Amino acid sequence: MNTVMNEHLGKNLHYVAHKRRVREDKRFVTGKGKYVQDVNLPFTKHAAVLPSPYPRARILSIDTAAAEALDGVQMVLTGEQMAVDCNPIRLGLKLPEINWYPLAVGMTCYVGEWVAIVVADDAYIAEDALDLIEVEYEPLAAIVDPERAFEDKDLLVHPGHGSNVLYHGNFLWGAVDEDFAAADDSLTFRARWGRSSTVPIETFGALASWDEGTEILDIWASIQMPNFVELMATTLGYPLNSIRLHQDVDVGGSYGVKRGIKQSVLVAYLSRKLHLPVRFIEDRLANMAGSDAHGPDRIFDTDVAFNNDGVIRSLKIRALDDAGAYPGRAPFQLAKPISAIVGPYKINSVKYEAISVCTNKSGQVPVRGFGQAPTNYMIEAAVDHVARHLGLDRLEVRRRNLIQADEFPYQIPPGSKYDSGDYQTVLQKALDLAGYDDLLARRDQARAEGRLAGIGIATVLEPGGGNNIFEYLMDPTAEITTFMEGCEVRVDAQGKITGIMGTTTSGQGHETMMATILGEELQFDPDDIRIVHADSLNALPTRSPIASRMAIMLGSAAAGAAGKIKDRAMAIAAHNLDRPIEDLEYAGGTISDRNDPSHKLTWAEICFIAYRAYHKLPDGMEPGFQAQYIFQVPGGGQLPDENNRVQVYPCYSFQAHIPYVEIDPGTGRVTVVDYAIAHDCGTVINPDIVRGMVIGGLAHGIGAALYEKFSYDDEGQFLTATFADYLMPSVHEIPDVKDVEHCTPSPLTSHGQKGSGEGGYLGAPAAIASAVNDALAPLGQQINELPMRMHKIEALINAKNSTMEKPR
Amino acid sequence: MVRTDGSMKAAKFDYIQAATVDEVVDALAKGDGEAIVIAGGQTLMPMLSMRLARPETVIDINRIAELSGIEVASAANGDEVVIKACTRQAAALASDIIQTQLPLLAKAIAYVGHQQTRNRGTVGGSLSHADPASEIPLTALTMDAYVRLRSVAGTRDVAMVDYFLGPMMTARADNEILLSVHFPTAQTGVRTGTAFHEVSELRGDFAVVAAAAVIELDGAGTSTKVALGIGGADGVPKRITELEEKLRGGRIDPGGIHAALGEIADALSPGGDQHAGAAYRRRVAAVLGERALLEALAEAERA
Amino acid sequence: MRKHQIELQINGKAIAREIEPRLSLTDFLRGEQGLSGTHIGCEHGVCGACSILLDGVPIRSCLMLAVQADGHALTTVEGLTQDDGSPGLLQAAFQDAHGMQCGYCTPGMIISAQALLVDNDDPSLEQIKDAIGGNICRCTGYVQVIESIQLAASRMREAHL
Repeated sequence: MNTVMNEHLGKNLHYVAHKRRVREDKRFVTGKGKYVQDVNLPFTKHAAVLPSPYPRARILSIDTAAAEALDGVQMVLTGEQMAVDCNPIRLGLKLPEINWYPLAVGMTCYVGEWVAIVVADDAYIAEDALDLIEVEYEPLAAIVDPERAFEDKDLLVHPGHGSNVLYHGNFLWGAVDEDFAAADDSLTFRARWGRSSTVPIETFGALASWDEGTEILDIWASIQMPNFVELMATTLGYPLNSIRLHQDVDVGGSYGVKRGIKQSVLVAYLSRKLHLPVRFIEDRLANMAGSDAHGPDRIFDTDVAFNNDGVIRSLKIRALDDAGAYPGRAPFQLAKPISAIVGPYKINSVKYEAISVCTNKSGQVPVRGFGQAPTNYMIEAAVDHVARHLGLDRLEVRRRNLIQADEFPYQIPPGSKYDSGDYQTVLQKALDLAGYDDLLARRDQARAEGRLAGIGIATVLEPGGGNNIFEYLMDPTAEITTFMEGCEVRVDAQGKITGIMGTTTSGQGHETMMATILGEELQFDPDDIRIVHADSLNALPTRSPIASRMAIMLGSAAAGAAGKIKDRAMAIAAHNLDRPIEDLEYAGGTISDRNDPSHKLTWAEICFIAYRAYHKLPDGMEPGFQAQYIFQVPGGGQLPDENNRVQVYPCYSFQAHIPYVEIDPGTGRVTVVDYAIAHDCGTVINPDIVRGMVIGGLAHGIGAALYEKFSYDDEGQFLTATFADYLMPSVHEIPDVKDVEHCTPSPLTSHGQKGSGEGGYLGAPAAIASAVNDALAPLGQQINELPMRMHKIEALINAKNSTMEKPR
Repeated sequence: MVRTDGSMKAAKFDYIQAATVDEVVDALAKGDGEAIVIAGGQTLMPMLSMRLARPETVIDINRIAELSGIEVASAANGDEVVIKACTRQAAALASDIIQTQLPLLAKAIAYVGHQQTRNRGTVGGSLSHADPASEIPLTALTMDAYVRLRSVAGTRDVAMVDYFLGPMMTARADNEILLSVHFPTAQTGVRTGTAFHEVSELRGDFAVVAAAAVIELDGAGTSTKVALGIGGADGVPKRITELEEKLRGGRIDPGGIHAALGEIADALSPGGDQHAGAAYRRRVAAVLGERALLEALAEAERA
Repeated sequence: MRKHQIELQINGKAIAREIEPRLSLTDFLRGEQGLSGTHIGCEHGVCGACSILLDGVPIRSCLMLAVQADGHALTTVEGLTQDDGSPGLLQAAFQDAHGMQCGYCTPGMIISAQALLVDNDDPSLEQIKDAIGGNICRCTGYVQVIESIQLAASRMREAHL
């Protein structure tokens, strides 16, 4: 068998870190993936939603009579009825005067908000019925600009709340004023992150079926969300154990956003009313405008204090985020980045003012990195601004500020300790991969020929593993100090192994990851290990696949459960071989006396004893052969100290990005010509999966940097409801990425693994912005907002104050 | 496309699979404005799904043999290339006749959509939809093509310059079908250069701005024809006739082209949207117009 | 609104059905034929998830009425497997190079790649990009998709030797 020695872990690995097929792929390539749309129950009815055409309007009346009379229509539901029977959706901060219902109640708060839902025999008839619903609106002025929303005391999205501010908090970690006073210099800049999202190709969908006989609601949903079932239960007013979420559906992409709580509540409610299964699959228009799945939309105003040698001393950050109409988890996307608020740099102190405001736009949902990608963009912009201000090389400024390899674990001012890293080496690997000196020559040659060319540099962190404690920083009633993940392993009477995960998967290859670790630990070929997804009534505790956490948390839980299986096998063997456990050796399921290898118990014999031969079990051991392990987030479990210092996320992956771009000076169009990335997420469990995450995230980041934006006009009309207007990169826009891995194992996980799911997305926007600004530098121009659309860049190139004649 | 009113499934309609053009024009006449022709469907299908189009009758012309094909025919002013309305864009792109006789059209179609849409999308459909940024209409205008339209009342020809009336609006009446588009071929004895330039945010998307140019030189190097069309910078694709007149009849050089570029901005009244504002479109029209003219000139000089 | 009788071939099998004219070809394949490998992404012709082969050429099935498929031969991703349902050559190459993550765009990608490789077992990078340029993938960043197609091409060349 092929093994690789992991020098960092000091052990041979048989399956972990090997290039092996990803088991999920077989069903996908043959068209046998099972998505929500592919789950068929007899007599299923289909739902369609009626969106609001106004950003803000009073609903005066809704006439559903004609729609209800249409042949094939089962039911038409409006928000008024829903509000009688259901509770508002409450997740996140406690804001009692903001009531978010699945359908608008009395008032619409954004263009595309759902006002009514129709259930019919098929989706075509449902849409025919939408045509027949008459709604009388009284349009009102909308709140669109987030800075105005923050100031405005009169024009309010939710008048009962008393302001448009959902959260406003100030954090101070360290002696910021003293550090600013002592520093040689300081500067101020603004960085603007645009309203984009992950926009999976599968929209959100849910299918619910209420069974009056068992009093169980079965639901299939394309979900990726902790607390989903609990939230369903509290919103519907059901006991938690009456909802069974089926987690064996494939989710067609999520990257954080598949949190269709209102959609799922709707189908659950309708199914119970109709005593029929009800399916709602968002169409693309409903998804873009009405799904509350937009991402952070953030304005950073940052002060940086630094010395003349480029060493950064302190940061004052003000982040104003536009959450859209309903708060959801949006404010917390300002809190998670506290886990890495200084990036990979040794910055002595930080002041952080975080503001979340509501406006008349579609709501915000957690997006890949949970606020870290915008924050990294701002931090990297700060480093580039300092370098530009001092006339120093951007690379040299980074090298002077990066945490050194011998300084780990390294504690940052807000309290998190970075577990491990070797940032200088990873940066050097990226430079080598990019051929940095040649790249500089190539850029300068392009400039000499009159073209606009630039190199980007970004060195960023990817906090992984998750933890809810940031919520406490904003809401001290939220004393949540675990973010656990469970894994169950069963060995059957044939000796075959089944691993059970308690959540869904949406392309991250969790089944492969879990089988690989179980195979590694139990020394069985992972291909022979079955992995299944328990439904929510059968599952062990889970926090779902968010926060780049599954390799860390489920992987470590799987290793823990495998360890328990092994312990049990060893106990059975010790009892039957009459040897002390210390004398026994486990090899591929067979347990033998290391002094007399012929004295052994095979795996089949152990399984037989466990299932059939109670008389051969050690005294007091239960029959059967299974194990459960719940892994607590490493370093979690603490409340913040009196200075708001706490370990937020456990593991810190690192990335160094070096893109090369050219800009057409006539049109402003940016072409990403080349891209090199070096990446360190500790031990890589499956190289193909990690590589896919890194490059896929990077492409997503190129989209956020150059193309993707949900646009509203000044009156709050939504301009980007289709894929003709919300622009996502095709293969033509993504360069041939060169990538290299480095391995600094985490001391906190089973195999040294860290998170990789947020991948290149956490650094690519920063890196592309750095490259574009390098290209614009000879013109004396810079752009500090994303996406950097070509018309904005062209305007800068053409600006009168360009210091160089415009190249042609 | 601003669309939030919640439909992705078409409203009901009747469907006629027409076998002949006569059948089509009869159905159009009977439809009285409520019947619509479907060819490749690449634009009409989303409009049906979003219920932006709600015809009572959809008339399918895909099986009418006389509406498909590319041929060279002789016309009053010399040869012309006739492209039948239902000819797929992919077939046009692959056609030897178009590659050799209408190189500008070949260059333009390479920018149209993606292979999956070119395999269904038709030349006539693109001309009927008449998006002001669309490549085929711009090329037809720049090449002085004309379309042949037919209704129960008869057949008429409309020159491109009279055909485009506004964004997605043409001279074709509701009861007419577009039969074919006719492109004049280059005169013998002249050296012709063509170029097509466009900028779109993503490759394969509709152009934000596009420029198409044709330059013909005689043996002495004097320009006998200059045509420059700009798309995406006005409600219709536009010819820049003032510039053409300035450059025609003498030797063209890059300096002369540059000096005439002001005519482009003057000829255009662009609108703005979230992809680009009017000022951008005006400036970039001049940039792309210059590039297209320079490339066409170089190609003509090499010919 | 009169229903129409259509007769067509899907993955080599003859099918006859009576359908409403407004039914999209995607909905027909998924809903009426149980071929759920053809995915709905945007239903307005941009994302490519619904790509199928119509008489061997790739098209977007959301931009065609089912009634228009009368008399044609269609191939969906299910039609590219081996006879026993196991992955065909191209599908296996996507597995080996992990040319996907969530699998949602994958059938459309594979259909586009199939149309390319059937005529050309040694495509250039540019030809591959043109072939899949109309298929949006939000997971992979396309690099492993391209590598999957290149792997399939090299296996086809070996098989032809």
